[in-house]
Amino acid sequence: MKSKKRFYEFLVFNIFRIISFLVVGLLFVILFFISIRGIGVINWEFLTSMPKEGMTQGGIFPAIVGTFCLMVGSMLFAFPIGVLSGIYTNEYLKESRFKSFLRSMTNNLAGIPSIVFGLFGMALFVNKLHFGDSLIAGSLTLGLLALPVIIRTTEEALKTVDMSLRTGSYALGATKLQTIRRVVFPIAFPNILTGLILSMGRVSGETAPILFTVAAYFLPKLPQSIFDQAMALPYHLYVLTTSGTNMEESRPMAYGTAFVLIMIVLIFNLLANWLRRYFGKKVKM
Amino acid sequence: MKDKSKEVEVEQKPTVIIETKTANLFYGSFHALKNIDFEAYQNTVTALIGPSGCGKSTFLRLFNRMNDLIDHVNISGKILLNNKNIYDKSIDVDELRKKVGMVFQKPNPFPKSIFENVAYGLRVNGISDSGYIEEKVKTSLQQAALWNEVKDNLKKSAYELSGGQQQRLCIARALAVEPEVLLMDEPASALDPISTSHIEELIFELKKQYTIIIVTHNMQQAGRVSDYTSFFYMGDLIEHGSTKQIFTSPKDVKTQNYITGRFG
Repeated sequence: MKSKKRFYEFLVFNIFRIISFLVVGLLFVILFFISIRGIGVINWEFLTSMPKEGMTQGGIFPAIVGTFCLMVGSMLFAFPIGVLSGIYTNEYLKESRFKSFLRSMTNNLAGIPSIVFGLFGMALFVNKLHFGDSLIAGSLTLGLLALPVIIRTTEEALKTVDMSLRTGSYALGATKLQTIRRVVFPIAFPNILTGLILSMGRVSGETAPILFTVAAYFLPKLPQSIFDQAMALPYHLYVLTTSGTNMEESRPMAYGTAFVLIMIVLIFNLLANWLRRYFGKKVKM
Repeated sequence: MKDKSKEVEVEQKPTVIIETKTANLFYGSFHALKNIDFEAYQNTVTALIGPSGCGKSTFLRLFNRMNDLIDHVNISGKILLNNKNIYDKSIDVDELRKKVGMVFQKPNPFPKSIFENVAYGLRVNGISDSGYIEEKVKTSLQQAALWNEVKDNLKKSAYELSGGQQQRLCIARALAVEPEVLLMDEPASALDPISTSHIEELIFELKKQYTIIIVTHNMQQAGRVSDYTSFFYMGDLIEHGSTKQIFTSPKDVKTQNYITGRFG
């Protein structure tokens, strides 16, 4: 009887272990695969020059610049709005039907396919607001896509702040706004940054939302203003693999692009983690 | 002001600082406080005792309007601070909470430095004179009998203090905004016996300057620190009187049973 129990214990534990190793293993396989094929083309020229010879030679500089602009642009728009609305729903809105409606709508927003965001962005920003295919239209579309994640992580971060700290602050005559600004928000901020990290990763890799709103097949020069079109890494990768002038020859370029994209996401994650720790230290827990 | 005449006769009759007249409180349809008439006098300690769920903490929170933060709470009757109804529309709740400080059951310092914890109440009330703030932080910590232990480490996180020190820090924090009344909700229940006796000694010192109302589960503590005692049972104020009278000759049999440990 006892050995049977032990056996099940052993079996189930090992199944869990194998499955979680598989998941991590798969991640490493992807990274390894991309690195092996991509790292060979990475050099200074690849990172800093324009594509040449029908994109079979040269570099991917404009796509890097474009993706960077889109990441920053979309966050400039989505981060403040997302954080403020997260604060509103968690701190100000009382439990009600309206609140749960708002919550479920935020969740639904997160579930909308990104191509639909792309279509919407084209209809609103590109056509209706006459931004044309431009960095601003692309950034706003990507920002919309990132909003629900930022709102939800902000709410979750605020929820972890102990209620007793709020009441302690009110008891000293602080207003609600003062309490949020001086006590609640600084504690929650490192976790709110997690939302920023997650959505930056997502934004940098999205292809569908930029397809109709900003991305260019090939541009001979860098964007000069926010109303210019731009190249972007994920779309460039798509172009290189499916519709380049000579796909066989541009294949290594595609892997190089994929490698750079992964590295950018990784670097941003590390940077954000560092910021998170920095702000975490400022709060004296 | 009518108060003037009262101050003159303070020797004979203590000045009433806090008073309730037929105070009622409902949580939704639950009648948590029933027709409560109560008085607390200047520079005295009043202990609120009674079994869990009897309404004593809820009653305490009437005086700094902490119950306002909870949904579906309905309050009626008069709750007076210096003869003014604190539930009047003209009352600024933030101002009221400056006058009526509170110390909670679990020490709840902010995740800031020791200095900033005490300075917090001053800063949120618009004081920015750093000289004044420094002086006030020092005197408040002295009043809370914590100064000697922390004076060299004011920049250290409040979370590095022991539980008892944290609670005294919370007391210092409350004192910094110069309240008239100090509400204490089981301030020693999460502390060890030595820290508890520190807090009790402190209460004894503090009543020279403040009017204190303290909720406690500990009968000995109520006996040691308080001048007056109110016994609550199921939302009723059963008996209110001097601590000596309540503990030696309670008039109500429920009070007697509770004090002698027969229930609760």
